[in-house]
Amino acid sequence: MTFELVAQGGLERRERSGVGCIAESGFCPDWIADNYDRYITPFFEHVYLTVVSVAIGFAIAFTLALIAHRRQWLVGPITGVTGTLYTVPSVAFFFLLQPITGLGNTTAIVALVCYTLLIIFRNVITGLRAVPADAKDAARGMGLTDRQLLLRVELPLALPEILAGLRIATTTTVGLAALAFLAGGGGLGAELDEQPFFKSNVAVAGGLAVLLAAALDVIILTFQRLVTPWQRAAA
Amino acid sequence: MTDTQSAASHDAQSDRQAATLEFREATKRYPGQEEPAVDRLSLAVPAGEICVLVGPSGCGKTTAMRMVNRMIDISEGDILLDGSSITDRRPAELRREIGYAIQQIGLFPHLTIADNIATVPKLLGWDKARIAERVEELLELVSLDPGETRERYPAQLSGGQRQRVGVARALAVDPPLMLMDEPFGAIDPINRERLQNEFLRLQQEIRKTIVFVTHDIDEAIKMGDKIAILERGGKLAQFAAPAELLMYPASKFVEDFVGSDRALKRLALQRVRDIDLWKAAQVRVGEPVSEVRAKLADADIGYPLLVDDHERPLGWLSEGALSGERVERKLRSPAEPTVELDDILRDALADLLTSDTRYGPVIDDSGKVAGVLSLEVIGGFLHEAPTAARSGADLVEEQP
Repeated sequence: MTFELVAQGGLERRERSGVGCIAESGFCPDWIADNYDRYITPFFEHVYLTVVSVAIGFAIAFTLALIAHRRQWLVGPITGVTGTLYTVPSVAFFFLLQPITGLGNTTAIVALVCYTLLIIFRNVITGLRAVPADAKDAARGMGLTDRQLLLRVELPLALPEILAGLRIATTTTVGLAALAFLAGGGGLGAELDEQPFFKSNVAVAGGLAVLLAAALDVIILTFQRLVTPWQRAAA
Repeated sequence: MTDTQSAASHDAQSDRQAATLEFREATKRYPGQEEPAVDRLSLAVPAGEICVLVGPSGCGKTTAMRMVNRMIDISEGDILLDGSSITDRRPAELRREIGYAIQQIGLFPHLTIADNIATVPKLLGWDKARIAERVEELLELVSLDPGETRERYPAQLSGGQRQRVGVARALAVDPPLMLMDEPFGAIDPINRERLQNEFLRLQQEIRKTIVFVTHDIDEAIKMGDKIAILERGGKLAQFAAPAELLMYPASKFVEDFVGSDRALKRLALQRVRDIDLWKAAQVRVGEPVSEVRAKLADADIGYPLLVDDHERPLGWLSEGALSGERVERKLRSPAEPTVELDDILRDALADLLTSDTRYGPVIDDSGKVAGVLSLEVIGGFLHEAPTAARSGADLVEEQP
């Protein structure tokens, strides 16, 4: 939608700066060093979009999974609905939501949340289903109530699978959040969009997004290693 | 008064009374199935005894066991634990009072061995110190080194060790009743034998009432004080002590199930001291031959047995030894195999069969001759009614 505008904006800037590297839209370390601060706000917008979306998505999908865990017939319908949401093109989503939620963070977050649901829901369900039947039988046989079984046996054992889902959802969301600017949500995508042919800009904005995804992944992975000590012991 | 009080409080601490268990026409029907899974099962297990439920697959033995702690609810009839109906109890509470060990063990992979064992104590709200103490005690009870095992995870233990932890976990709150579903089923034969022996020794100490499910008749005979044989359709085919079951199978089904070698299995249940041995003519070197002849007339076996001054057997005398006035030291064969009164009959029989003489002098604890064991003696015994049949628990050899 904004291709021409962006191209023009890029040209303007290039003319103003006048340095050769910049004039060629190349990869210019000097320019990056001078301009890194313009990425700080978009970066934190991006972090905010990702974390809030994944957190809300996790809360919803996790709750749905717990409900469906005791009522297995719900798994099909919930997978169907979240799966459908997952297939809607993100751009279409933003435009569809705009009349309801207007332009801004809310629209972006609603859309991003929708994309996390399927991944997290499926992984929680898979994790709970993979809990060994003998451990569950022993737990019931020793007098654990359904609630105690869930909290003390099923969820801890499903944790690796659940956190794997969370990691995929987080990485995906970091990527999708780059389009949030289309809904008026800001983020690193807005910077990319501003000068898509300027290599320095693309490198910094894109690089920050990749770094963010990697950093969040490492955080969750570290958390997983801390809370699942038995997995290392077994290996 | 003071004595009884302290004894009672000690009992309450160290081992709770075992419970009695009674099935009264207990029946389980599943909707849509014509035959019940368990059909009017009635049997009573006295406190402190092992009752083995055995039968072919699909006979309802596991179902019957799981009805006791309400893992499966009974359709008709009742099950009484210490005289009161289990249907009046809330399942979760009932289960915490009943030890539960299954073939797959079902240890929690995410918890350390200590935490696995502490499962029920934690549910009952024991304090940390008491739990730690109990875990230590239980690990020692099942022959695991607490220091080495406590903080490990199940995946770090061998199959046999895990099985022991499973038993320790089932014993955690000293339940008056234990349910064990093929607890040694997934273990290789050598380790299974060891675990069985260990468990029987343990049972002598803890004296729990135990319902033990297996499909293996040999295990049933070894472990059970009483054996309930179930046949397809969940019907009780026979409920009897092992020796009685082997001697008097109640039906063709039971006869087939215990196997055509049931006579040999009976021998595994008894010791040499349980049967009437032959009397031998015990003679010493230098004894007048005339006296030996008199002794021989009175003995059950026609060969004189030479003994030393402490009545320890030396060997069977040859004819030549009696040719003079006095007994000479001429042996036809050594006193082998020598059998001890505490030997298991089956082992003694094996010794006899592999020896040349087919007669085994039996000695008591001090080495004195107590009689002679022969194939005829064993054959005669097998035709008699089982009298002093022992349960497997008494047959486990003491470990030094």
